[in-house]
Amino acid sequence: MLSIVDLYASVNDQLILKGLNLQINPGEVHAIMGPNGSGKSTLAQVLAGHENYTVDETRGSVVFQGEDLLALSPEERARQGLFLAFQYPVEIQGITNSSFLQTALNEIRKSRGEEEMDALDFAQFLKKKMELVEMQEDFAERFVNFGFSGGEKKRNEILQLAVLEPALAILDETDSGLDIDALRTVASGVNRLRSPQRSFLLITHYQRLLDYIQPDFVHVLYDGKLIQSGGKELALKLEEQGYNWIREAEETLPA
Amino acid sequence: MNQKNIEVQEMVRKRYEHGWTTAIESDSFDKGLNEDVIVALSRIKNEPDWMTEWRLNAFRLWQQMEIPRWAKLVYPDPDFQDISYYSAPKSAVSPRSLDEVDPKLVETFTKLGIPLEEQKRLSGVAVDAVFDSVSVATTHQQILKRQGIIFCPISEAIQEHPDLVQKYLGSVVPQGDNFYASLNSAVFSGGSFVYIPAGVTCPMDLSTYFRINAKHTGQFERTLIIAEEGSKVSYLEGCTAPIRDENQLHAAVVELVAHKDASIRYATVQNWYAGDDDGKGGIYNFVTKRGACLGDRSHISWTQIETGSAITWKYPSCLLKGKGSVGEFYSVALTKGKQQADTGTKMIHTGADTRSTIISKTISAGKSDSSYRGLVRVMPGAENARNYTQCDSLLMGNDCGAHTWPYIDVRNDSASVEHEASTSKINEDQLFYCQSRGIDREDAISLVVNGFCKEVLDHLPMEFAVEASRLLSVTLEGSVG
Ligand SMILES: Nc1ncnc2c1ncn2[C@@H]1O[C@H](COP(=O)(O)OP(=O)(O)O)[C@@H](O)[C@H]1O
Ligand SMILES: [Mg+2]
Repeated sequence: MLSIVDLYASVNDQLILKGLNLQINPGEVHAIMGPNGSGKSTLAQVLAGHENYTVDETRGSVVFQGEDLLALSPEERARQGLFLAFQYPVEIQGITNSSFLQTALNEIRKSRGEEEMDALDFAQFLKKKMELVEMQEDFAERFVNFGFSGGEKKRNEILQLAVLEPALAILDETDSGLDIDALRTVASGVNRLRSPQRSFLLITHYQRLLDYIQPDFVHVLYDGKLIQSGGKELALKLEEQGYNWIREAEETLPA
Repeated sequence: MNQKNIEVQEMVRKRYEHGWTTAIESDSFDKGLNEDVIVALSRIKNEPDWMTEWRLNAFRLWQQMEIPRWAKLVYPDPDFQDISYYSAPKSAVSPRSLDEVDPKLVETFTKLGIPLEEQKRLSGVAVDAVFDSVSVATTHQQILKRQGIIFCPISEAIQEHPDLVQKYLGSVVPQGDNFYASLNSAVFSGGSFVYIPAGVTCPMDLSTYFRINAKHTGQFERTLIIAEEGSKVSYLEGCTAPIRDENQLHAAVVELVAHKDASIRYATVQNWYAGDDDGKGGIYNFVTKRGACLGDRSHISWTQIETGSAITWKYPSCLLKGKGSVGEFYSVALTKGKQQADTGTKMIHTGADTRSTIISKTISAGKSDSSYRGLVRVMPGAENARNYTQCDSLLMGNDCGAHTWPYIDVRNDSASVEHEASTSKINEDQLFYCQSRGIDREDAISLVVNGFCKEVLDHLPMEFAVEASRLLSVTLEGSVG
């Protein structure tokens, strides 16, 4: 599904990702944890193709669904089945959620040679998806994220995920800012979207989310690299001991 | 950043899709303007003497006037002697039925998306098709007539309904109102006349489509709409012209009269040829549009989507006389290349409890320059007048300009006048967000721009809104710096 080898990426000439490696197979759920500023969002944005981030293409590679991901524009990546739930979703005034999503879905379908969905079919389709994430119907006709609360925005990201049905979904701190009920609905939405073909990369600061979404692998991001990988127990250890033991372990390693 | 700038330049250089010409034989006047030309024009249209006199009177006023220079527009003065003031296809001599219309003209309008054959017309819109200086066809006249509605070319109204024309022509925009309005009063030809009798709601939208075809000619149409007590009408106007290296002059006058409890909605999608990227060619668009809310609770609403013309000088206005009357102005002005637009509105409150709303959205790209210029005036007698104005500008790139010139003149303490303004650059985060959902950059831009214009587009009739939103997209695709 996704194979990241020796990824170096910088923003504003500052190197943030320093040789990151990650392999995600179909159907797997991976979690990346790490302290603030460790580069979690940078990784997400690089994968989605944000132009502010520069990847050192002489060093590593990112292959997604057998293609060189870095050679694709952001929209091509989305059409290949990559989805990013933003840590800070963007507001677009004047465009309704439903027309935004219909446009997006149809662009993706068109690129795959599939038939476009008309307004009527889409309305029904959207309604089902909104039920899945327990979103009230009137959100369909509200402007994209405009005036949404923090939690509503996050939920809206999961709605988009449900509508666009990507092969790989990256969730960048979708759990932060959610109260426990919202966290449960978001998690159950994600759980229902799990399938043997669909992979997830959950980026989170807290292990709380992983109580609800069972990951196959947990990785720790520190100083631009994944320095530890394990199962669910790694997340629990981080929860108990904080990030300090990682830091100490890292710093006592021979250079 | 460089790469992106190149991409932008290429995308802004969008072709103008209505730039072709129709090969058709025309009768045109020689270039030049004097009293003889005006008399000849009046003769060719078989006008009564009072009309000829009215024109000559306007011409004499015009000769003493100066070209207005207060707008933020830079262009050489038009040479008024270098223009032909009348051009009409030879075949367009007042056809009796649509079957008699020259197939070439039918084809021209079909190509513009205006099929004239009545049975093929999308239901709900009657069309007056104007080609250069004459109306070539008006659809649905019979159906409308049954309800007493008059919808015909202005030249026909002068013949058939002289009393109405004499009563109202120049009543809202007088002959000496301003330089271009006076010129129009002297030489107008083409344009529509609409009369809605008391209590009648016009069963379909009425529309006029203007096409300039001939070289070296100006277009000077005149439209007059009268809504009697308790009547309602929605009117649409569209316009295009071929690509030509020369600048062509378009100076129109539109007058609206709304009596007690009457409502007129007037919508324009202006897509005259804008000139090329170096500013060569394009229409000079100098237009005076004004509506008078004469009766109590009358309502006039202007909606305009301005995407064309090299120069736009246009301020659709409302005179709010009737108690509780309402004036509205919703505008999108989009400029690119070297286009210049100076547009806005005037809301003149003279009656008590009058209300006005102004929503102006300006989008500037390329090396263009766009100004909103608006006047809100509350006269001493206008108790409890209210105005709300909102002007938003969106800039695409670093070489364009957007300006806002609000004039507020309040002479009654009970008035409430609110003004909001904003200027912003197109938001890269929004574009990336759209792209990350599979929408390409060009479509993302048009999505964001359409969202920016939503409040205005919402005031267009459905069919027109779709066309307008498409037009914004093709005109602007990718204009981000
Ligand atoms: N657009 C940017 N401009 C400058 N610095 C940035 C930008 N984005 C991220 N950074 C820096 O990169 C580092 C990693 O940030 P980020 O990936 O957002 O961390 P995380 O998501 O793990 O909290 C931080 O030091 C942050 O300040
Ligand atoms: Mg982050």
